[in-house]
Amino acid sequence: MRRYSKTLVFFLSLWPIYVISYQIIFNQLGPEPVDRIINHFGEWTLIFILLTLSMTPLKQITKSVEWIKFRRMLGLFTFFYASIHMLSYVGLDYRFDFEPLINDVLKKKFIFIGFSAWLLLIPLAVTSSERMVILLKQNWKKIHRLIYIIGIFGVLHYIWLSKTIFFKPLIFLIILVILLLLRIKITRSASKI
Amino acid sequence: MIKFKNSEITPENIYKKRRSFIKSVGLGASTLAMSSIPFLNKSLASERDKLTSYKDITTYNNYYEFGTSKSDPYRNSQIFKTTPWDIAIEGEVEKPIKLSMEEISEMFISEERIYRLRCVEGWSMVIPWMGFSLSKLLSKVNPTNKAKFVEFESVYDPAQMKGQRYPVLNWPYNEGLRIDEAMHPLTTVVTGLYGKKLPNQNGAPLRIFIPWKYGFKSAKAIVKIKFVENMPTSSWMWASPREYGFYSNVNPNVDHPRWSQATERIIGEGVWAPRVKTLMFNGYGDEVASLYSGMDLKKNF
Repeated sequence: MRRYSKTLVFFLSLWPIYVISYQIIFNQLGPEPVDRIINHFGEWTLIFILLTLSMTPLKQITKSVEWIKFRRMLGLFTFFYASIHMLSYVGLDYRFDFEPLINDVLKKKFIFIGFSAWLLLIPLAVTSSERMVILLKQNWKKIHRLIYIIGIFGVLHYIWLSKTIFFKPLIFLIILVILLLLRIKITRSASKI
Repeated sequence: MIKFKNSEITPENIYKKRRSFIKSVGLGASTLAMSSIPFLNKSLASERDKLTSYKDITTYNNYYEFGTSKSDPYRNSQIFKTTPWDIAIEGEVEKPIKLSMEEISEMFISEERIYRLRCVEGWSMVIPWMGFSLSKLLSKVNPTNKAKFVEFESVYDPAQMKGQRYPVLNWPYNEGLRIDEAMHPLTTVVTGLYGKKLPNQNGAPLRIFIPWKYGFKSAKAIVKIKFVENMPTSSWMWASPREYGFYSNVNPNVDHPRWSQATERIIGEGVWAPRVKTLMFNGYGDEVASLYSGMDLKKNF
């Protein structure tokens, strides 16, 4: 069972793809299909950031290192969905018309911060391999702490683009804050030892 | 051309056929009768002309009293009670009045009015409303010389409207117009759409609709109309004055901090349909631009 857990998590992580494929095939995207696709992948990107951030606290709470082996895969799925999210915005919505896009990135803070979060994900994805961990040594950990900033940027991106914080953006914010607070606790208790 | 199956004959189809009939007649009697509706006089891209489906109009709504997601209003408003319903017209008037919905439907004949709706979020619909000019209703009272603005108050009923149990907006929903805007013939009191009674999720039993302004200006489920001296602070202005101005005229040249207003997406179009350019005053500039002559619309957004 444990041997296949990674494969299982991989196929489960493709859930957003199954859902959107079903909706495209059976014409269930609703009145604003482009918006639906963009939002779908945006939301799932956030969910995957939070899932990625949950693995370390879960390790502490359950006292099992099992969780850590999913962390890289979940992180890569975050990058994967973030890229689809951005591509559907750039390609589907704006049809690669870069003038209004650049205007958006510079003028609209939610797009600026969302785009920044995606850019910050790139070094994490590039340095995700085992080889890179060995190669970068201590620096690897430092680089990958960027995920905290990415998480904050991602949730801010959602809050700023929403007309009100109720309720989904608020829920994401609360979970993110809990996950980040858990880390402060973890490092504190670790430093005591 | 849209083809219809026999099984699909609904009022919606009749409307669409009627519209193509009006077009083919050209300067026929019906066109003349409807010449007060500017939408029909404009030759625009065909997608812009096409009526949005009844289903999309009634299941894709922003109506935070019933929830913040687009599908919430349809889902949460079906048991909403709209009878009895009274509308008070008060404030800076000589004699305030209170009218029941029955009295209003007896007093005013609702006619078909096809207008574009442009949401501040960057999407648009074409809706065959049923209604009459607000000026007719307002003429039932005599405003005092202090009256400069008209304020609209929507119903407050958290027992029936679950969105109002949370501080999403400053309840009850509040909107306002300058008196000359309120008296403009395009400013409509809406009582129905697609020839049917107005569905709850679209603002039953009575709402207003201002075609040249972003959708949120058109308050739903109105219980009070108040003449006032000072510019009212609408619920959205109260929530974020930087983002939502009092005028909120559709203006492709003034960007909302979060949405570009230069283009819009037409509801009901497929995944591959491109955005279309947004028109100044939502295409009703010929009728309403004079209301704002000499005003800096970038400042008075």
